[in-house]
Amino acid sequence: MSEFTLWDIVYNLLLAGRWTVLLSLTAFALGGLVGLILLMIRTAGNPWLVRLVRGYVELFQGTPLLMQLFIVFFGLPLIGLDVSPWVAATLGLTLFTSAFLTEIWRGCVESIGRGQWEASASLGMNFTQQMRYIVLPQAMRIAIPPTVGFSVQVVKGTAVASIIGFVELTKAGTMITNATYAPFTVYGCVALMYFLICYPLSLFARHLEGKFRHVAR
Amino acid sequence: MSLVELHAIHKSFGELEVLKGIDLAIDEGQVIALIGKSGSGKSTLLRTINGLEQIDSGVIMVGGNKISERDTDLLALRLQVGMVFQQFNLFPHYTALENVMLSPQVVKKQSKVEAKEIAEEMLAKVGLADKMMHYPDQLSGGQQQRVAIARALAMKPKVLLCDEVTSALDPELVNEVLAVVRKLAEEGMTLVMVTHEMRFAREVCDKLVFMHQGRIHETGDPEEVFSNPKTSELASFVGGLA
Repeated sequence: MSEFTLWDIVYNLLLAGRWTVLLSLTAFALGGLVGLILLMIRTAGNPWLVRLVRGYVELFQGTPLLMQLFIVFFGLPLIGLDVSPWVAATLGLTLFTSAFLTEIWRGCVESIGRGQWEASASLGMNFTQQMRYIVLPQAMRIAIPPTVGFSVQVVKGTAVASIIGFVELTKAGTMITNATYAPFTVYGCVALMYFLICYPLSLFARHLEGKFRHVAR
Repeated sequence: MSLVELHAIHKSFGELEVLKGIDLAIDEGQVIALIGKSGSGKSTLLRTINGLEQIDSGVIMVGGNKISERDTDLLALRLQVGMVFQQFNLFPHYTALENVMLSPQVVKKQSKVEAKEIAEEMLAKVGLADKMMHYPDQLSGGQQQRVAIARALAMKPKVLLCDEVTSALDPELVNEVLAVVRKLAEEGMTLVMVTHEMRFAREVCDKLVFMHQGRIHETGDPEEVFSNPKTSELASFVGGLA
């Protein structure tokens, strides 16, 4: 039986950690994009579309992320689409992220007073202009702390992808534990790496908050 | 032909009918005061004129064109009818200058240089040439309201609607805003204002419209209406204020 040094453990975790970062970034970017589209649809106010978006949000908020991944991973093959763990994890996390971000951002947009909408409408602005110049710039500042807070949830949520066999940080930790029989050391390193990813995100949020000093006090 | 004509305007909020058939003509250069108790429908009426409240029935004509509820019509209407609000509603994330420049640039597609020129002119007109770089929260209520007036004027509206523009102000700040409105009136701007400043209405307005329970109850020359109210409702409203 070969010996594992601490460096071997850390090195292999770092390799797998790249996938955690990549999965987080992809899910967050795609989820943010879908979330923004859903937010626009919801704010624009067509009653049927609003209901549809609300149902979508409730579906994903009301079920565990793990079940969502299972359904994507085992469900899509049933309709003839064979998906790799990477695609399933990305898709699952994107849907999950978009539902939460839409809801977070909707709260921020709604916190912008009616007076801002009325004043901009009175100046002849259409919905897109109101959103772009008046509402979103103000909503954005309010949205930063909860959005970055949620991005931390996404990073931690990627751990769930280990269950469907996607080799990211947690899955790699399990595999290395099975080889080294040193679970405390390995999972300690895993936890530390998650922290090293998430903590800078929180710092970044604080930095951004200071930047938009004049927006929506 | 009047600049703005309202015919048989009806509006309900749920079960409550707040406008029960309003006819009103606003001529060019006219200064009209809408007065009445709270709940009489005067603010709602004002807000229908630029489409912030959708009407249930009736006709709004601006410059001889009927305004439908299509979005393009609404936008066209709002290019002609500006509005100033009780709560100022300045955009807090822009400076005074940017507040005034934004719409000419975005809506009218004027160049930045052009928009800036107009904005500076309008801010100077309301006496705020030295506050252009200030953000709204660095300005007093009276200054904010004057920026809001400049912002509406920069769009060169044909009519300016003023919804209780001094009601949210501390008493010592009321006069600086009224002075600006008075100047606009003297320059021939068409104004429709909901106001509780009766003395101001009496001095500045050409026409007084007294609203009571969703109807125009009495209308006429301010001097005449105040000194010789024909209905007991107006008499008691005017009497209650004295």
